[in-house]
Amino acid sequence: MALCLTLVCLFSSGILAAVYAVTYQPILQASQKALQESIGKVLPEGGTVSEARTASFGGQEYEYYVSESEGEPLAYAVTSSVNGFSGTLKLMVGVLPDGTVCNTAVLECNETPGLGAKCQTDEAFISQFRGFSGRLDVKKDGGDIDGITASTITSRAYTKAVRNAVELVKSFNSSEEE
Amino acid sequence: MSSKLSLITKGFIKDNPTFSLVLGMCPTLATTTSAMNGLEMGLATLFVLVLSNIAISLLAPMVPDKVHIPVYIVVIAAFVTVLQLLMQAYVPAVYSTLGLFIPLIVVNCIVLGRAEAYANSHGVLDSALDGLGIGIGFTLSLTVIGIIREILGSGSVFGWKFIAGDGILAFVMAPGAFLVLGYLMVLFNKYLKKQ
Repeated sequence: MALCLTLVCLFSSGILAAVYAVTYQPILQASQKALQESIGKVLPEGGTVSEARTASFGGQEYEYYVSESEGEPLAYAVTSSVNGFSGTLKLMVGVLPDGTVCNTAVLECNETPGLGAKCQTDEAFISQFRGFSGRLDVKKDGGDIDGITASTITSRAYTKAVRNAVELVKSFNSSEEE
Repeated sequence: MSSKLSLITKGFIKDNPTFSLVLGMCPTLATTTSAMNGLEMGLATLFVLVLSNIAISLLAPMVPDKVHIPVYIVVIAAFVTVLQLLMQAYVPAVYSTLGLFIPLIVVNCIVLGRAEAYANSHGVLDSALDGLGIGIGFTLSLTVIGIIREILGSGSVFGWKFIAGDGILAFVMAPGAFLVLGYLMVLFNKYLKKQ
């Protein structure tokens, strides 16, 4: 009885190990590719993109990439996670050194399809962030961002993720001046 | 030959897992927000169902009765993890939409149910065909629910939008899932009774 169970478990783990070994590289490549694409999307053209760096700000860890040209930072690509309506909403946010948003891309999204998930496709919502330097809050909260209809929580979360990224970049500036 | 064929087709109507056996309600209600999601979830379950049915029909004679449930669960979990890794590697976009519901196939009653009720006591080929039939039945049901919810909720089918603007939002959310499932079940059982 115990022998049978042991054999089945051993055999299953053998199969899993084999499949894991085969799929390890493709999985890594797929996630790297998605990351690189999103970085390319949110940063302005030109400049060389650095390796991943980490920064801690406001009690949260951020991973970010800097695009540099002749030693001067052109823009930052910050991965910013917040709690959405359901699960984590993870964005890649391109921010210029002066705190202007360059562009945004969704890395991870579990929002309601047809409602919050529109934050990935709704041009009217997404395009607001390009070149945005106003107050990063939805209009309901006194800011300058038009939320997605019937998806206030997602709109708030998205805006917050962008705001966090912008604040992180602004904190780089102030620490450099000191 | 016709008996082999009926092994597959019985999963479509008579033993339809969603409308007739009423199993696997969790993925049925949760992932059918669009036609594509329903189809993908159905196919993922189909994959596990066929492989686990084959493996279990081979193992069944050797497994003592006392440990058969743990053995089946280990086998099913192994196939689900294989599927999960493969999807992550080759179709990452699909994997990210279905997310949590892929690992949850392990506890899907259809898979364990077929292992217990069928693969347990039948040959390899018959079990594979049974898994295929039930899997196709499940896929069809989920796709139909997905199509209806997507038309009413988002005004599109398989992502192709033919009604501008928003749909009836409730159909994208959980209440819509229950409504569509309920009405389809009524129609389905009415048809079954007539036969």
